[in-house]
Amino acid sequence: MDLRRPNRPVIGPKVRQVGFVTPDSAAATSSSSIPAVSAAAATSAGSPPSSLSPVMIPPPRHPSTEMSNPHFHPVGSYNPSEQILGSPPALSPSRSSRFDADGSDFGGDDDESVALSGVGGGMTPKSSLLMRQPVTKTAPLVSETHKRDSNVSKGKGDGPSAAPKEKLTKAERRATQEAQRAAKAAAKEAAAAGGAPSVSKQPKPATKPATQQKKDVPSGSGPLQPLAPSGSIEKKQGKKEVAAPHPRMQFDDMTKVGKLKKRAVVNQSEARNRVELFRHLPQYEHGTQLPDLELKFFQLDLIHPSVYQVGLQFLSDKISGGNARCIAMLLAFKEVIQDYTTPPEKTLTRDLGAKVGSCVSFLIECRPLSVSMGNAIRFLKNRISSLPHNLSDKEAKSRLQSDIDRFINEKIIIASKAIVEHGVSKIRDGDVLLTYGSPSVVESIFAYAHGIKKNFRVVVVDSRPKHEGQGLLRRLVERGIHCTYTHLNAVSYVMHEVTRVFLGASSVLSNGTVYSRVGTACVAMVAHAFRVPVLVCCEAYKFHERVQLDSICSNELGDPDAISKVSGRKNLNYLDGWAQNENIQLLNLKYDATPSDYVSVLVTEQGMLPPTSVPVIIREYGIERLWT
Amino acid sequence: MPDVSDFILKLQRRRIEGSHATARQTAELLRSVVSQTRMPYTNQAASLLDAVRAVGEQLIAANPVELAVGNIVRRVLHIIREEDLSSSAVSFEGLMISEKSDDEDDADQKGGPVLSAAAVAAAARSTLRPRSLQTLLEDGPLPAAPSKSSSAGDSEGKSKSDKSAVGKRLKHSVIEAINLLIEEIDDCYEDISEQAVEHIHQNEVILTLGRSKTVKEFLYAAKQKNRSFRVFVAEGAPRYQGHVLAKELIQKGLETTVITDSAIFAMISRVNMVIVGAHAIMANGGVIAPVGMNMLALAAQRHAVPFVVVAGSHKLCPLYPHNPEVLLNELKSPSDLIDFGEFSDCMDFGAHGGAPLMHVVNPTFDYVPPNLVSLFITDTGGHNAAHMYKLIADYYSADDLVIKRKSTSSN
Repeated sequence: MDLRRPNRPVIGPKVRQVGFVTPDSAAATSSSSIPAVSAAAATSAGSPPSSLSPVMIPPPRHPSTEMSNPHFHPVGSYNPSEQILGSPPALSPSRSSRFDADGSDFGGDDDESVALSGVGGGMTPKSSLLMRQPVTKTAPLVSETHKRDSNVSKGKGDGPSAAPKEKLTKAERRATQEAQRAAKAAAKEAAAAGGAPSVSKQPKPATKPATQQKKDVPSGSGPLQPLAPSGSIEKKQGKKEVAAPHPRMQFDDMTKVGKLKKRAVVNQSEARNRVELFRHLPQYEHGTQLPDLELKFFQLDLIHPSVYQVGLQFLSDKISGGNARCIAMLLAFKEVIQDYTTPPEKTLTRDLGAKVGSCVSFLIECRPLSVSMGNAIRFLKNRISSLPHNLSDKEAKSRLQSDIDRFINEKIIIASKAIVEHGVSKIRDGDVLLTYGSPSVVESIFAYAHGIKKNFRVVVVDSRPKHEGQGLLRRLVERGIHCTYTHLNAVSYVMHEVTRVFLGASSVLSNGTVYSRVGTACVAMVAHAFRVPVLVCCEAYKFHERVQLDSICSNELGDPDAISKVSGRKNLNYLDGWAQNENIQLLNLKYDATPSDYVSVLVTEQGMLPPTSVPVIIREYGIERLWT
Repeated sequence: MPDVSDFILKLQRRRIEGSHATARQTAELLRSVVSQTRMPYTNQAASLLDAVRAVGEQLIAANPVELAVGNIVRRVLHIIREEDLSSSAVSFEGLMISEKSDDEDDADQKGGPVLSAAAVAAAARSTLRPRSLQTLLEDGPLPAAPSKSSSAGDSEGKSKSDKSAVGKRLKHSVIEAINLLIEEIDDCYEDISEQAVEHIHQNEVILTLGRSKTVKEFLYAAKQKNRSFRVFVAEGAPRYQGHVLAKELIQKGLETTVITDSAIFAMISRVNMVIVGAHAIMANGGVIAPVGMNMLALAAQRHAVPFVVVAGSHKLCPLYPHNPEVLLNELKSPSDLIDFGEFSDCMDFGAHGGAPLMHVVNPTFDYVPPNLVSLFITDTGGHNAAHMYKLIADYYSADDLVIKRKSTSSN
């Protein structure tokens, strides 16, 4: 019996490169083999041979390098304006520190500039145009904000001297403090002068009445303040935003559950033998609602058929995966908007918002929303409520529809393209890459890496009950990628040969916890134990300001019958008729929370970040920040 | 011997499942081997050892992953050595008495006769163990006693009848001892589960993976003592033995929750103790266990949940593991994981230069390093992982670690 593993044809003797990769070779391979990057590399050809360094070290920040780097922060509405103003970040201390933390990954070094511009170059022209848009949008604002001109000028005055932090003398510090104090006073004055003037830096402030504005702010959708040079307004704004995320529905609260049931469209019967620990989560008998709902299809006028269809697809698990669900939902909403006509004596902003709300609650009944969907809905509602009143229905609808398209395009499709380019830079020849389940972004990373003739092998780890990895395995093998397939329990057996772990995420929470398909935490843990780097690929629109420490407080329960039945194993019928015995419960968790210390790096379209930078991304590039 | 070849075939074809069954059947086989061995007049112990070793070597080769076989072979070898020494100690005692009668007046010899046969036997037994500080101190008074006895037994020509009597006694006592060993293997569940109440208290939440009879009995015993607790059972893909265990547990009225293996990390934060069975315990305290156990142990360590391994002493293996994930593992058929019909086109060997693009890995065992194990509960009580080697020294003699037939010259 041959106990030794057979020699793999693809991967030669495993020599792990430890620490930094020699820059020259990496640069040579990356720039020559990635066509998209090569264009970008050409632009920076003047600079000495640089590379996509595997570890991005924050270089010392100098305003000059930042200025000289035109591609700095491809997405983001206010950073360019900061450059326009020329006010150094040291002026707004809270901002700058946060900015520093997240900017560490983009820092103005040559290496990083190549990395970033590579991403920019990879984008379609349309996208890059879109991304630039904020610059043009914010530029005129500078002139608009005459109220704070004094502050700005003060900031300008202090700027150059205050910029290098370490050289701050006492006098200078006092000067900045005074400036801030003055700014605060000015802000107060301004606040006293007009209803909510400090917030009036929206693109169309004139068209918007004050009441609308006031309503906007507490909902946490306050527009971003690109210019705020003083800490005070920022702080004020911050307070409102920092308001804790809305507590989720707890299903062990009987009164609330009763209320919910009255409204419910989907008749769900409570599952029996529920696990005590998860009473706060909804759990229903699976498979009972579908025929019932299909019957109702013609009776429901409240819910648009396309939403109805998507809801049923969610219910029957025809559509799964964060991105797919989100896109399906948004497209359905687009149709809802298309077919919408404002009833008489109602305003579009309010009525459409309510309509979308009822659609969303229908979808929630079908399957609890994912964080990505929640963010998308928040974006859409925000857009609806911020529509100017004087728009005609047609205009408003087309504007909303283009907003949705833009969201799908920028936040999901282009974002995943950017992630692919980032992720591919971490794949070297001879790597053995492990992935778990079937994350769509990771799949496209592998496909792209294979397309540019990188030589690597993939280990697909799968688990019960959905066996999503089999689909991934099939697709990868069809592309001609060498694959090893195994189940989750054997992950510590295969981990010896693995050099990188690529994982997907359903969402990333603000404490760095990665909330993902159940089992991801196990894989990350084993990888951590075997000192294998874990890369979590996740679009930034899946970030959420919520925090979570374990997988129990918030989760989703799947069909328990999926556990008792093992597909393809007819003789495994020990648990048949389990529902009759009250001592046994079957628990089919859908998600788990991976602690942030297992995650080596988060690959997002904003770059590669440590999980500690998630709150920065959420605050600075949050979903409601971008197009408000 | 037909028995042996039959058993070897069974081992080779993996027809015998579980280390308990294997251990028991190995012991029974060796008992019959011992009883069928013809005893020569001289050097009987050596011939017995040789016979057992010859069979043992084949058995181990038949299934090198099933460490229980080797353990039992070594146990039997150890028994033979022990019985040989104690029987020769009896004759040594007789020798001493005769000596005493020879020179009664010698004052220096006064200490000698005081030694009872039991003490001599104990001393002889201690020579089977590897030398340690403790045995060194114990051995102090009579360092040369056993060697003297054996040499005395050999050199002093005894009568034929006496020797055959000793031979019969040896064989008989070896068989007796093997019977005791079988009994011990059978009783290990009771001995282990007796300790359950000490470890499981009211309202605990216990997590286990797969199915182990030892764990089942352990939980039963705690339940019988009217402890009410909750058990999470991870199903243990790809064999899904957890389903069997769950079914058995609910029959006894235990509150059981079946979870998928992937939910282990999610659930372990609410678990008070992890109790699992093992396939084998290595000399360093590492555990060879059903696949998935390392993941569970890591999760337990992360959440500081005690990771308790319950195992009978027949699972104690005197070997130190080297690369156990590979060398002490067994890869099963991929059909457990994927449907061949579905993936037949991907497994085409002809398409890509003879090597298929797809491999399926389905290992059976996992190695849990000793630092992840909080406690071992064996039939002799609870033990620390670092103490395992000492426990093993009680059961095996150092000469038997490598089971190879000696060359005929030394025979």
